[in-house]
Amino acid sequence: MQPGTLSKALKSGAIWGFIVLELIFFSVAGEYFSLSDKAFMDFENMLLLLKQSAPIGIIAMGMTIIMVNGNIDLSVGATFAIAAIVLLDSMTWPIFAGLGDWVIPVAWLLALLVGTLLGALNGLIVWKTGVDAFIVTLGSMLGFRGIVFMFNGENPTSHLNWTLVDFAEAEFLGLATASWFLLIVTLVIWFLMTKTVHGRNAYAIGDNREAAVNAGIRVGPHMMINFAIIGFLAALSAVVFYSESGSVNPNDGQLYELWVITAVVLGGTKITGGAGSVIGTFGGVIAIQLLRKGLGHIGADTSTVNLVIGLILIAVLFLDRQLNIKGKEELKV
Amino acid sequence: MTDAKPVLHLEDIVKTFPGVRALDGVSFAVMPGEVHALMGENGAGKSTLMKVLGGIHQPDGGDIFVGDDKVTMAGPLEAKAKGIVFIHQELSLAEELSVAENIYLGELPRKSLGRVDWAKLADQTNAILKKLNVGFDARTRVGDLSIANQQMVEIARALTVDAKAVIFDEPTASLTDAEKVVLFDVIADLQADGVGIIYISHRMEEIFKITDRISILRDGQYQGTVVTADTDEESVTQMMIGRKLDLSRNASHHEIGDIALQVRGLSCGKLYQDVNFEVRRGEVVGFYGLVGAGRTEIAETLFGLRDPSAGQILLDGEEVRIHSPADAIARGISLVPEDRKGQGLVLGMNCRDNMTLPQVEDLKTGPFVAEGAEIAIFDQYRDRLDIRTPGWKQKVGNLSGGNQQKIVIGKWLSMHPSVLIVDEPTRGIDVGSKSEIHKLLRELAAQGYAVMVISSEMPEVLHVSDRIVAMYSGKVMRTFTSEEVTEDSLIQAISGLGDNQAA
Repeated sequence: MQPGTLSKALKSGAIWGFIVLELIFFSVAGEYFSLSDKAFMDFENMLLLLKQSAPIGIIAMGMTIIMVNGNIDLSVGATFAIAAIVLLDSMTWPIFAGLGDWVIPVAWLLALLVGTLLGALNGLIVWKTGVDAFIVTLGSMLGFRGIVFMFNGENPTSHLNWTLVDFAEAEFLGLATASWFLLIVTLVIWFLMTKTVHGRNAYAIGDNREAAVNAGIRVGPHMMINFAIIGFLAALSAVVFYSESGSVNPNDGQLYELWVITAVVLGGTKITGGAGSVIGTFGGVIAIQLLRKGLGHIGADTSTVNLVIGLILIAVLFLDRQLNIKGKEELKV
Repeated sequence: MTDAKPVLHLEDIVKTFPGVRALDGVSFAVMPGEVHALMGENGAGKSTLMKVLGGIHQPDGGDIFVGDDKVTMAGPLEAKAKGIVFIHQELSLAEELSVAENIYLGELPRKSLGRVDWAKLADQTNAILKKLNVGFDARTRVGDLSIANQQMVEIARALTVDAKAVIFDEPTASLTDAEKVVLFDVIADLQADGVGIIYISHRMEEIFKITDRISILRDGQYQGTVVTADTDEESVTQMMIGRKLDLSRNASHHEIGDIALQVRGLSCGKLYQDVNFEVRRGEVVGFYGLVGAGRTEIAETLFGLRDPSAGQILLDGEEVRIHSPADAIARGISLVPEDRKGQGLVLGMNCRDNMTLPQVEDLKTGPFVAEGAEIAIFDQYRDRLDIRTPGWKQKVGNLSGGNQQKIVIGKWLSMHPSVLIVDEPTRGIDVGSKSEIHKLLRELAAQGYAVMVISSEMPEVLHVSDRIVAMYSGKVMRTFTSEEVTEDSLIQAISGLGDNQAA
């Protein structure tokens, strides 16, 4: 075995080991602390977990490609809220009045289009100005959120369409609509990142931008496409979620960017870009949702959940660093 | 010279950046099957010229001809499509990706749906790697390769297309002698196929070994082209810097004092083993070896950046354990690091603040920084080291390489060390400033400092050292005095061929 093989195996499998650990812990702890008498590992419960992972998970797939590319997108939560408003409000617009239930696909398309355009706008600014993606999307996070509040003040925007709710709550082969969307998005982005030239170039750009430029890869357009993808996915996440709930608060989607980034980092994507995988991110999403659900299961409140996830994130990054150090020969910092 | 048509021809290229005329009417031509060296000091415009050729910069004037056709390069891919291939220094690789992906970076073979054709990619790559005779395959992650092998990956890029002209930019910077032979074979093969080669290097011995003609740039201006066989190092240097250079061996020996630093049986894991040497006051000891021989690692250990796994370090005859750089500085050891810009200086800070950085804690009046004392220190070392800067307020990033290096040296001298370790003191510094730095190191030794110089350039170690420690893959092969050393014996020692007469 070559040196480093162990740490590499540990790293790629770490997130799944962590998930198994969580399952065992919550199953055992659940026996003592849980108020319900259902087991934590109940099959129904796990299916629900997959469904609840969908809103964060769908965006996290886009964030993986953005971060592998060496960028970051803080505006996804706000994009999510805007897309939700477009979805629900457009169904009440008079011009679509004659469409009946055909308004649903139109509203979906509109929401997805708006999300894609907002993402592409971010990408265009990053490309053309050369300003760091962190700053650009910090600005657009505030800006997009401002638009949300301008639209309807502090009031929620609601529209319930029962056909839509039926579709969103439908199950196919035992899985909820949202779960299907999560799985399909994961598969598509996995394909994009591992099999296509665009995906491999994203890795190259994130790993060594100068090398990519020297090799003639057009860095700017690649980044813009990836921002458009994450915008699309943020909107898709909103579409999936609000089809069911039918009401959006102007604060909805806040802190989503941080949950998403947490999931991606937990899943092993390098913050500086160049390395990471969609499968790892999927693990990260599941791990976070398990933690939230598990802590709820044993009676902890939401604030405790945030504290624990914060601690785990730091612990994971510390561990990752330790695994990467090659022993005593390493240069001290 | 032949009457053949040049494969690549530059005519009167002009490129200006705000405030600088980076290239001023540069013309030269590369014949098919010719190795054409491009030389010049740093900042002479070589890299700008290459960027113009690669389409990364557009020239403000002048024409580029490939064969008979006048071309405008819109970008690196277009240059490559026209048969102009660049071999950059090793930094141009993506470490997380595989060898194959790096070699075909920017032009991965495609299938439908924009998919990568992995099978084709692996086949093509392995065919190229076989030609290069290297010990890794297409799937290896580049980050897992040694620096030298990474350089071979870079070189493999030249073989991916039907090249008309290949530009090698400092290709041997990190190659071992054996790998250099492979590289020169590759170049000879390309030559035989009628490819024109532009070879950029600072290493005179290579230039004179493999090139046919040499074109020289100075301050963005074309100085002329000479036939290699008709010229010598001295006249080439003179064209590069505009004056003659003192290339003599170190002759003046001054008073050698007590042993300042002694190292016994020092080891650090796999990096180096059982290293013994001593450095006396008033002496310059050169450490010569290939990249990866363990020289920098020894310096880092002495400076408290690495923990040794065995052995002793004695300062003035007393055994010490050095746990951190702060420890080392307190005991009178200073390290002028290899990477001046990354490790030695804060480029955005002014000259004075850079120089007083390690002692700013001690220069206080009440809670405030004592500006007066800082300026006094700066003035003292500016005069002593002859640092040319408009004033202390100048940002270090704006100084020339030689003056930057002097700032770093001044910084450490102001800490009053007894042992001064200098790692690659003239890397990236032009020929003129080089000899000044050499003179300075000799003077410092004469003043009673014990000086360790780590260098990969043979003329440099020969020129400055009183004794030379030759290292090969983590071991001291032999210690030479400046009287007994010859270039041949030194090369043998650092290649691991020497008669193991370890000192």
